[in-house]
Amino acid sequence: MFDITTLRVIWWALLGILLIGFAIMDGFDFGIAALLRVLGRTEHERHVLLETIEPTWEGNQVWFVLGGGASFAAWPILYATAFSGLYLALALVLLAFIVRPVGFNFRNKMHDPRWRAVWDGALIFSGFVVMLISGVAFGNLFLGLPFRYDDDLHMTWQGGFFDLLHPYAILAGLVSIAMLLTHGACWAAYRADQVIAQRAARMARWMALAYAITFVAAGIWLAYGVPGYGVAGPVVTDGVANPLFKQVTVGGSWFASYMMYPWFWLAPALGLLGAVGVQWTVGKLSLTGFLCSSLMVAGTILAAGFALFPFLLPSSLDPHSSLTVWDASSSHGTLLLMLGAVIIFLPIIIIYTAWVYRVMRGRVMLEDVQHSHNNY
Amino acid sequence: MIIDSDVVTLSRVQFALTALYHFLFVPLTLGLVWMLAIMESVYVMTGREVWKRMVQFWGVLFGINFAMGVATGITMEFQFGMNWAYYAHYVGDVFGTPLAIEGLMAFFLEATLVGVFFMGWTRISRVSHLLVTWFLALGTNLSALWILIANAWMQNPVGAKFNPQTMRMEVTSFSDVLFNPVAQAKFVHTVSAGYVVGSMFVLSISAWYLLRGRNVDFAKRSMTVAASFGLAAALSVVVLGDESGYAVSENQKMKMAAIEAMWETEPPPASFTVFGIPDVQNRTTHFALHVPWVMGLIGTRSLDKPIPGINNLVEDTKGKIGDGIQAYDAMLTLRKNPNDAQANATLSQYDGDMGYALLLKRYVADPRQATPADIQKAADSTIPNVPVLFWAFRIMVACGFYFIALFAYAFWLASKRQLDNKRWFLRLALCSLPLPWVAAELGWVVAEYGRQPWAIEGILPTSLGVSSLTAGQVWTSLGGFVLFYTALAVIDATLMAKYARKGPDELGLWPARDIDPAYSTSKA
Repeated sequence: MFDITTLRVIWWALLGILLIGFAIMDGFDFGIAALLRVLGRTEHERHVLLETIEPTWEGNQVWFVLGGGASFAAWPILYATAFSGLYLALALVLLAFIVRPVGFNFRNKMHDPRWRAVWDGALIFSGFVVMLISGVAFGNLFLGLPFRYDDDLHMTWQGGFFDLLHPYAILAGLVSIAMLLTHGACWAAYRADQVIAQRAARMARWMALAYAITFVAAGIWLAYGVPGYGVAGPVVTDGVANPLFKQVTVGGSWFASYMMYPWFWLAPALGLLGAVGVQWTVGKLSLTGFLCSSLMVAGTILAAGFALFPFLLPSSLDPHSSLTVWDASSSHGTLLLMLGAVIIFLPIIIIYTAWVYRVMRGRVMLEDVQHSHNNY
Repeated sequence: MIIDSDVVTLSRVQFALTALYHFLFVPLTLGLVWMLAIMESVYVMTGREVWKRMVQFWGVLFGINFAMGVATGITMEFQFGMNWAYYAHYVGDVFGTPLAIEGLMAFFLEATLVGVFFMGWTRISRVSHLLVTWFLALGTNLSALWILIANAWMQNPVGAKFNPQTMRMEVTSFSDVLFNPVAQAKFVHTVSAGYVVGSMFVLSISAWYLLRGRNVDFAKRSMTVAASFGLAAALSVVVLGDESGYAVSENQKMKMAAIEAMWETEPPPASFTVFGIPDVQNRTTHFALHVPWVMGLIGTRSLDKPIPGINNLVEDTKGKIGDGIQAYDAMLTLRKNPNDAQANATLSQYDGDMGYALLLKRYVADPRQATPADIQKAADSTIPNVPVLFWAFRIMVACGFYFIALFAYAFWLASKRQLDNKRWFLRLALCSLPLPWVAAELGWVVAEYGRQPWAIEGILPTSLGVSSLTAGQVWTSLGGFVLFYTALAVIDATLMAKYARKGPDELGLWPARDIDPAYSTSKA
């Protein structure tokens, strides 16, 4: 029932689900961290903002770790190529991910305002770095990355950190920042004390507008200014997982897959619909605004993934070395086993995560933190 | 393909440092979390407030440590791709799976529940909170299980086969990977070491309170838990360390011989060298002090099976290199023509030794062109650093026996209710605080440094596993890690010391004068 082609498509979808899961679940933590000093004007206000995410950010972060582990298992050559090629960029992201747990945990352990200012700085840095670099990395996927394989599938990469900062990639970085700041602000509007929530709702509306403009601009640029990649000749979907066995043409359109499957247009439409929804509903300071921004996040990532399909990692240096869904997966046995693990554990994860959110529900009020003796 | 030996060295240094650093925090999490679960169980069963306060106080220290463990663990998950890209490609089909399942089954659980553990005390019932703590403990320990299954596969790569079309190892039997005997021995040995770390942590800090006459009732109860749990853990770490030794002798004979600095095969049963100065140049051990029979018994569980010495193993390796070259040649043929029957037969006969041909890549681009001198060099390169392994192992084992004695005495004092009378013992307990960490780190040195020159024993040499990076890039990241990790270590140690020194009394968790035992049963 699960032949290799089906499993590859399923794992492509699961990679998307993990990315979307990470962006929705941890994206608002990064948004809150980045906006800490903008939305939180006093120490108490910042304390409230942090307390809205404190019980849950640690679990949310696992989406990122699981994304790493699952791509290692299901797309080993993608994991190997992307993370070694984007070496210093990823090192910077890791720095942000390391500073965050200690920032959240250590910040309130000393009362000195300088100590707290340093950790606030670290949290703001971590928020912006992760948003920017993940957006820039996505932008670079469409531009192609400078790698090739030899016959042993040993990869060489020709390019450094600053080569990633192509104007198109920077635009993609701005989409990501606007999107996740909206998402973070929507969370604050839903969970923080009214004063902060009102401020956050205003921020969310502006950021949703900025998102819509940059997202559409990135789409137009992609259609007219970025050459697309295509697999030449008959596409073998159940072949050997070796990227050197196919031919790739460059110069088509990244929207070719949208022409082939018109329902793909739903993805960018959902992204924009989410942004409109944020404008409408975030002022109510309810969960709806946050759900709209989640829709926005999901639509954006799906839109990018659909445009790339079947490519995972296009190569500008040697297009034939590009990684696609059909030639970068692990073996049938591993894909099947991992699928079983996901089917068993993902629902369990969702159940206990939902339980934790339920237990920790409720708006965090300023007077709560003024009297709290929370040692966490 | 050109391998830059600087990049290999720097990547190894970076991996070793970040892994050893990560393991400063992991064992404390592993051990402390069970003690929290035990203390909270006592609280829920007896309703005595002191036990809840114990959970909360040790929980504060647990939280500081947990954050560091999580933060430094993220580096580990991504470093395989960053610095060891060829490794990641070559074995990801097998090695990636336990890492991914670790995320799904364990890490998600512990990371999601930890917030409720700290902030849920007033939001859920006592029993629910206790369940959260138990699942937190289960999550952290399951996490260790999956990581050690992955690590054990590096030591003993079972259940996988090389595929010349995809140029990588692929799973043939996941249950072999899962039930790898090395994984079982390693898991129990490693988590037991974590329990010893956790027990020593509680024992030492409690001893400090008793020396100061602070939090007396609180500290004595904590010490009792630590002594009992620590004694069981210390016994298990040594007994199952022995199991681990037996597993090593089965499949990593060179590591075993290096640990023993055993250059020649002795007539069985081999003796154990308690002390000696290994001389790598002349391949001998000076001033060796032997205990007859012990090594043969530990290593082979028999009196008649020999344990091969280093020189004999090097000779065997030369033969494996020869077989490996045949496999390598067949692999190249198969890459051009997957249906070549002759090459298929040759590869399936020798593919277990193909890794030995890859060892030659350090000396010659095409292993098939290797001269006898190259083969000799490659065979010699399979000897790990003997003096480091010899000493690391002995210090680790000495620590292990010391822990048994220390916890046994603490247990005896606790059962006699004499814990606060023996000041010399309290001082000794306090001074012993760093030792379990020393032992745990040395354990990893033995396991991983002893695996060299292999990344995957017999399959993939470490130097081949490296990414296509420049030395400058790795210097940058390594420098960043060293600076950043050092700063974090200072901050972590400062906070730990600050909160340990404050103690439950100054943190407002427990009244300063808690000597009145009546207090501990009242007030919620």
